[in-house]
Amino acid sequence: MSDETPVLELRGISKSFGSVEALSDVDLEVRRGEVMALVGDNGAGKSTLIKSIAGIHSVDSGEILFEGNPVSISGPKDAAKLGIEVVYQDLALCDNLDVVQNMYLGRESHNVLQVLNEPVMEHRTATTLKSLAVTTIRSIRQPVATLSGGQRQSVAVARAVMWNSKLVILDEPTAALGVAQTEQVLSLVRRLGEQGLSVILISHNLHDVFEVADRITVLRLGRNAGLFERTKTTQEEVVRAITAGKPTKVSGIAMEETS
Amino acid sequence: MSVTTEPVQEFDVANPEESFLTRLWENFKGGNLGSAPVIFGLTIIVIVFGFTAQNFFTAVNFINIITQMSGTTMLAFGVVFVLLLGEIDLSIAYLSGVAGVMAAELQKPDSGHHFTGIWPIIIALVIATLIGAFQGSFVALIGVPAFVVTLAGLLAWQGVIQVTLGAAGPIIIENRWINYTASYFFSATAGWIIAGVLIALYLLSVGLSLRGKRRHGVTVRYPWLVVAKVIAIVGVTLLVVAICNHDRGVPLPGLIIIFFLLTLTYITKRTTFGRHVYAVGGNAEAARRAGISVPRIRIIVFMISGFMAGVGGVMLAGNLRSVAPDQGGGTLLLDAISAAVIGGTSLFGGRGEVRSAVLGSAVIATIQNGLYIFGFQPGVIYITTGSILLFAVTLDTIARRRQAKTGR
Repeated sequence: MSDETPVLELRGISKSFGSVEALSDVDLEVRRGEVMALVGDNGAGKSTLIKSIAGIHSVDSGEILFEGNPVSISGPKDAAKLGIEVVYQDLALCDNLDVVQNMYLGRESHNVLQVLNEPVMEHRTATTLKSLAVTTIRSIRQPVATLSGGQRQSVAVARAVMWNSKLVILDEPTAALGVAQTEQVLSLVRRLGEQGLSVILISHNLHDVFEVADRITVLRLGRNAGLFERTKTTQEEVVRAITAGKPTKVSGIAMEETS
Repeated sequence: MSVTTEPVQEFDVANPEESFLTRLWENFKGGNLGSAPVIFGLTIIVIVFGFTAQNFFTAVNFINIITQMSGTTMLAFGVVFVLLLGEIDLSIAYLSGVAGVMAAELQKPDSGHHFTGIWPIIIALVIATLIGAFQGSFVALIGVPAFVVTLAGLLAWQGVIQVTLGAAGPIIIENRWINYTASYFFSATAGWIIAGVLIALYLLSVGLSLRGKRRHGVTVRYPWLVVAKVIAIVGVTLLVVAICNHDRGVPLPGLIIIFFLLTLTYITKRTTFGRHVYAVGGNAEAARRAGISVPRIRIIVFMISGFMAGVGGVMLAGNLRSVAPDQGGGTLLLDAISAAVIGGTSLFGGRGEVRSAVLGSAVIATIQNGLYIFGFQPGVIYITTGSILLFAVTLDTIARRRQAKTGR
């Protein structure tokens, strides 16, 4: 695989729920080591799109290419096998378990008798967190319930990257966080890109997006409404695309501007 | 990322001034009280009765309490597992009765279905486990609330016992293995050998755990705590055997309690299954997304609950050397659930330890025993147990609210 091949490429993805067309002919491309922001108003199709990538929804038509090869993702396990991990907004952590136990949830290191190998798990958790510079957690043996929102987000992200994943999808990672904790999570996102991982960042907050994203894909009413390089655009331009963007790709009928 | 053996201790001492006491305080603030309240309470109860009641602080009575609490403790072990999932099993008392009646029926000579040796016990335990699986399937696969499924079980199994024993009346148990489970005493020498084996096993497990940590460069937090724990456990083991040998010797029911305490603790703390039980109890949706089969965990937990009810049922039958139509009735169900909760297992799922079954049963048995020596009516004993249960649940609820507050 050359460095030019995108890690993930979606071509002409369409998805309908009954008569409602949630996605229509959507393209998305994520390069290696790139933070791709996916923005759009409520109902623009962001969640449907990532759920298609994660294997929760099947797509009606269109092609998914992972590292240049066409793939079909029919379940979360398929996505994980390819190296795609999703961190959902509600994080899916067990509050009563500690950091190590959450990092290894469902994938515990054990021997043939199903006996846990705690030292290995503890060591690798510590190494992973350190490599991501998540240093504010006092002890990796404290229950997740005692962590702050930013720390919990960090644990969820670290769990996603620990399994040799190539693409991490973050759903609104800063939505419920304060200023300092948002900064903590954003620098973590930046570090993922630096380590060669690809990131799809879904966010409502354009300030956050402009801090970390390399490129920005805008969805509007289930269609592509713009693709911007962060360094060559402004927040105003992106906002215009979100609220009033014309579809960049029209198949069949030309769309009238609706707003 | 490869696993190296480079030490990473700087991680855990990011805050080097954090001592054991601050950690304990953090735990307390975080709503993680563990067994501290019940051990404290039990100590107070023993001291109060020890000074006021005659014949309480004796070797004879010590063994009596162990024998009295053993059956309830078995049921409470199962309750701990069910509560860890955030579920409830109301059928265990009459299920234990079914197991007791089944074992008694199968040992009956000249009945056409006479089994000798330990076969009546084994068959009764298998049946109890299958009943647990049957009830658990309704909860796990169909999604019927456990409360209703096991309430139906409570009624149905009570009926089964009455139908089985209705015409014939009580069955006298002559099978010595069933009776041994409640009333066999080891000789003094055997008692010391048991103590030696237990201590050797414990030291071995501590040694293996330390070696594993060293090999992977994980620091041992609070080394002196490990030493203190070793000394305390060795000391208590020797003391208990010494007291028992002063009277009839180490009772088999006591050894059965220890056996299940160690085995079940190992399962919950050291195996993937145990980890998944805590995960499902803490956040079933997170567990499901992490690839854990939640229905499988639920069914196995209800099987454990049924199995432990079976063990308790055989022991309770052995204790009376007979089974009656009211087998499994009375306060057995409430005592077992109260024991797990008083011992510190949360009703809300995900928090608790296997040892809380033993500690809670010990509190209940000690209070019943002490008040009985004083000559109080059973009513007074119920009132006391009820008050302690309310106190324990209140403590759990407050702890849970604190936990919600400290997080975020």
